Amino acid sequence: MSEEILAPLAGKIVKSLLKVGDKVEEDAEAFIVEAMKMETPVYVPCDGTVQSINAKVGDEVAEDDLLAVIE
Amino acid sequence: MTDIPMIEKLLSLTATTGFLHLTPGMLIMWAIGITLIYLAIAKEYEPLLLLPIGFGILLANLPLADLMKPDEGLLWKFYHFGIQWEIIPPLIFLGLGALTDFGPLLARPSLIFLGAGAQAGVYFTFFFAHLMGFSIQEAAGIGIIGGADGPTTIFLTTKLAPHLLGSCAVAAYSYMALVPIIQPPIMKLLTTPEERGIRMKKSRKVKPLEKLLFPIVSTLVIILLVPASAPLISMFMIGNLFREAKVVERLTHAAQNELLNIVTLFLGLPVGATMNAENFLQPRVIFIFCLGLFAFMISTATGLLLAKAMNLFLKDKINPLLGAAGVSAVPMAARVVHKMGAEADKKNYLLMYAMGPNVAGVIGTVIAAGIFLTLLG
Repeated sequence: MSEEILAPLAGKIVKSLLKVGDKVEEDAEAFIVEAMKMETPVYVPCDGTVQSINAKVGDEVAEDDLLAVIE
Repeated sequence: MTDIPMIEKLLSLTATTGFLHLTPGMLIMWAIGITLIYLAIAKEYEPLLLLPIGFGILLANLPLADLMKPDEGLLWKFYHFGIQWEIIPPLIFLGLGALTDFGPLLARPSLIFLGAGAQAGVYFTFFFAHLMGFSIQEAAGIGIIGGADGPTTIFLTTKLAPHLLGSCAVAAYSYMALVPIIQPPIMKLLTTPEERGIRMKKSRKVKPLEKLLFPIVSTLVIILLVPASAPLISMFMIGNLFREAKVVERLTHAAQNELLNIVTLFLGLPVGATMNAENFLQPRVIFIFCLGLFAFMISTATGLLLAKAMNLFLKDKINPLLGAAGVSAVPMAARVVHKMGAEADKKNYLLMYAMGPNVAGVIGTVIAAGIFLTLLG
């Protein structure tokens, strides 16, 4: 029942709002990615607990890179 | 008694100052120049161009300074050797090509139609401007404002209607800065919230070889089709080739940074300096600004409508907002499309898809300029 949070577009992580162990709800903001000088939020896909965070602020990510896993 | 010649000398000095030669027109131009500087600094409207243009306007409207005096003036030399000789706009394209990623376009080549469709505003405005009394060459320079591309506007207007260079350039850059205000109402008018919420199917992954061959093949094809577009397309594509070859990082980096910045520095100032009071304070300038806005709006509309038309034939529908990104204000229009899509569905990430028509539109505008040059030059 774990779901991955994948990067929806290529860019740089400018904010990381979750910590491992956090209880999260669907559609909460998980990360902010910056691309083309515009900040775009990435949302939590389902209710659950944050199992792992795989990207940190400052990382350049490509589309579909793994950002976090929610249990 | 030896004081008198000294006093005369001092009095004659005052006659060399410019104060006595100021005209009301010059003061109005000062106000315009200062307004552009204000917009650039306080509102951050295209500051890289509008700040030097604003200052150039001030300099061109200072009597006796003769900065735009042919053969002698400092700014005239920048204008002559940089713009009249058509060196600066192509060099800007060299830098832009080094910055542009054609991946999103290559991943979904059908988006090139949206880049082409959004050029319709150029042609509509061209006809309309000519109907309003502008000569064919002038109308072409005004129409190209709708291509939302600064260097192309400067390139074409310099060749076809140099007396309109300042007005067309300021109109083009101002409206590019205002894209977040101009486009959304048209986008809301022509699309439904459901259409705006359409999620794009994931594009295919583009192979590095494709991105490498693209600049080479497009250079050959486009220049064979429209030879007059060669100065701009060739520089755009060699910049892109530097970037995709990945073996000339020093050249790519210089093109993206030092070159682009230096050339941008020299672009705005002489463009602004062509806007002296006699040239600019004429009724036709108001028409140019109105037509320029009209061009942007029509281009946005035709891009959106073409996307909706394409959807009639497509199994996997495209989000019609992408049509508005064919207006090649890169990446402003793509950002606006992304925002409107996210407003309809917050998990809708249109930005990279929108970059496809956005960069295709740049090529479309250059081709349109090449066609004008071929027919009217």
